[in-house]
Amino acid sequence: MGQALPVADAARQRAVAQALRIFLPERAVLWEQEDTRPYECDGLTAYRQLPMVVALPETEEQVQRILRTCHDLGVPVVPRGAGTGLSGGALPPGDGVLLSLAKFMRVLRLDPVARLAVVQPGVRNAAISDVAAPFGLYYAPDPSSQIACTIGGNVAENSGGVHCLKYGLTVHNVMRVRGYAMDGEPLDVGGESLDAPGLDLLALLIGSEGLLAVATEITVKLLPMPQLARVVMASFDDVGKAGDAVAAVIAAGIIPAGLEMMDRPATHAVEQFVGAGYDLEAAAILLCEADGIPEEVEEEIARVKQVFERAGATRLTVSRDETERLRIWSGRKAAFPAVGRISPDYYCMDGTIPRKRLGEVLGFIGALENKYGLRCPNVFHAGDGNLHPLILFDANDADQLRRTEEFAAEVMQKCIEVGGTITGEHGVGVEKIDQMCIQFRAEELSLFHAVKAVFDPRGLLNRGKAVPTLTRCAEFGRMHVHGGKLVHPELPRF
Amino acid sequence: MLADFRDTILAAAARRAPLRLRGGGSKDFYGGAPRGALLDTRGYAGIVDYEPTELVATARCGTPLAELEETLAREGQMLAFEPPRFGGAATLGGCIAAGLSGPRRAAAGAARDFVLGARLLDGQARDVSFGGRVMKNVAGYDVSRLLAGSLGTLGLILEVSLKVLPRPAAELTLRLELPEAKALESLNRWAGSPLPISASAWRDGELSLRLSGAQSAVRAAAQKLGGEALAGEAALEFWSGIREHAHPFFSGDAPLWRLSVPSNCAPVALPGAQLIEWGGALRWLRAGTQAAVRAAAASAGGHATLFRGGDKAAGVFAPLAPALLRLHRELKAAFDPAGIFNPGRLHPDF
Repeated sequence: MGQALPVADAARQRAVAQALRIFLPERAVLWEQEDTRPYECDGLTAYRQLPMVVALPETEEQVQRILRTCHDLGVPVVPRGAGTGLSGGALPPGDGVLLSLAKFMRVLRLDPVARLAVVQPGVRNAAISDVAAPFGLYYAPDPSSQIACTIGGNVAENSGGVHCLKYGLTVHNVMRVRGYAMDGEPLDVGGESLDAPGLDLLALLIGSEGLLAVATEITVKLLPMPQLARVVMASFDDVGKAGDAVAAVIAAGIIPAGLEMMDRPATHAVEQFVGAGYDLEAAAILLCEADGIPEEVEEEIARVKQVFERAGATRLTVSRDETERLRIWSGRKAAFPAVGRISPDYYCMDGTIPRKRLGEVLGFIGALENKYGLRCPNVFHAGDGNLHPLILFDANDADQLRRTEEFAAEVMQKCIEVGGTITGEHGVGVEKIDQMCIQFRAEELSLFHAVKAVFDPRGLLNRGKAVPTLTRCAEFGRMHVHGGKLVHPELPRF
Repeated sequence: MLADFRDTILAAAARRAPLRLRGGGSKDFYGGAPRGALLDTRGYAGIVDYEPTELVATARCGTPLAELEETLAREGQMLAFEPPRFGGAATLGGCIAAGLSGPRRAAAGAARDFVLGARLLDGQARDVSFGGRVMKNVAGYDVSRLLAGSLGTLGLILEVSLKVLPRPAAELTLRLELPEAKALESLNRWAGSPLPISASAWRDGELSLRLSGAQSAVRAAAQKLGGEALAGEAALEFWSGIREHAHPFFSGDAPLWRLSVPSNCAPVALPGAQLIEWGGALRWLRAGTQAAVRAAAASAGGHATLFRGGDKAAGVFAPLAPALLRLHRELKAAFDPAGIFNPGRLHPDF
């Protein structure tokens, strides 16, 4: 973490900036440190690197020419949206061009009848729902950063949110992506009709972390806004019981609009910050939302309450109105900033596990808190098994930083061992690249590299992110774990 | 079994001899004509892992689709994309390779939307796994979804993990008399309001709507929509007929075209009977020549597939733009360098 790479030499910088200035105005090419500094990191601030050059195009043609120019000069390119990503996916290249899509902010078309919106990649996630609202429609995926993050970044990361168990991830809600490959070749994938002919390249592009293409136009599906939403808040005196209650909701045939868990350290951090009315005695609380038409919501809320009571809930609150619902959710949505206030730094993890292993994994994390002497509150997209343990540390203390990294590595390895994944929605980026060597074998990584080479044979687009080289894995020297099976499962490891 | 698969693939790759990957053969009619030596996947069967509370089922390629769906039904769950079986022999591997979805597609999503992970043997017989058995997973490129609809051209799918969903508590089918344009207008309007419509089928002035969800939601929607309710048994039979193409519209030898168009596209003016599904996004057509049908679909902003019958020589699927065709060829080469898997099935060139 945090090591700066050497900035490329000044002559190269001048040459690249000049090549871009041929077709870009002066204000759209930044290379002085004071101008490039704001781009040195994304939401993963522990990694910083000044880009050699920042390009701020305003037209598709400019994007194409930037890519073509960089391709011809062999210059690496990193695309960037709002820079809210949490895995360092937009960490700039010290020897290349940071391609900001921030000026692509227009909603090009909204068709309320066909229920779709055609937007530029720099449009903020929440802004899509804002323009769709007058038609009773909205864009469903809602990452917590939705007021700031852009749809282009969402496409790159296949972002989720608290409602994705019921309404899907970005990949389920995007119909078409237009953009360019690294050599400037225009690509048009998917369409406004369903099941485009050929291979499902849309699925391949979404979540490719900006390694395959640069999106310049995105068509998203819009859904009718639910008439009503209510949330049940349930307290449990044991984290395992809360986990069982989650399974019981699913077993009852209910797919809630949202199903979130927070453990006691997380509710305590949040309550000081926003006063959401959380039960501070509870070992864990669950938030379970029902949405739909009023009759349906009442029916579902009644069933959820019954399930929670049977699962041993010690307290149950149901939101009476929209104000109360939003207040209950405000704590969950503010969990990260709240934790940011009780600790100089925190490290947010993103593993996904089969829900039935939740108790075991939380117990494991608890043991690691003692082992490393670091606190770790947990917020959890319980409905889909996506954990966000937040390791609290002080980045100015080198030893704490080291312990944090080791702590995180152990948690990620555990997620793979129980049959899960190192990242559910934040992406691999630079942050989890070594753990990719544990989740995937050399054969799979080779296929990923082959896919990359189809789109970008020179390996210039977001190079060094998301998929580790085999050499890097050999140096990292960890064994691959797959489907919960270690090579020698009989050996004690932790 | 896996050792046999590997040997077969390696031997075929060494000779660059085509292999015809095939499960129950229920979709032999679909796509380009199958050719090559038969590799029967049915021996590699069985449900590997299914935990109803995880909403995930993992099964081997040769598992009969009927067996998987019966297992899910016993737990009150289902494959929400309602894959057509086209006969009792359909397997899970073929279901995902074909990537076809049934009546619930417009409401619930397509086959690819439910794929969480897959294991395959690639063209070098390497046993590789992508995705996983959890709901959310963004580690690595989404190769498992890429396999849905690939018609077996990228590899031998060994195992698939799918997201499953609870069966709706209540279902009700309504019949309304509506001319085509009015039906299309209504379907698009309803889709923009919170109604639990899980399937639609228009044919010859009659629109069938299936409502699925909580008892109260279905009841409220039925009141709002009007029309006549179809008895439970008759409704099940009707939707099964649409899903499995047992409905009389699909019988006979006339070519069957599948036009995928924006849902709000006006009635497609082509000679021949039509049946409309997916809220207007899918138009089945029983007649027509390549040139006329493709042109009509393209001008509507969609594409057409010669689904069954007719003259396949002029191509089954809509042609790919040159930039996409190059990507397809190279992706094919990345997964299957010797070009042995199901050649010509998805595209005449590979």
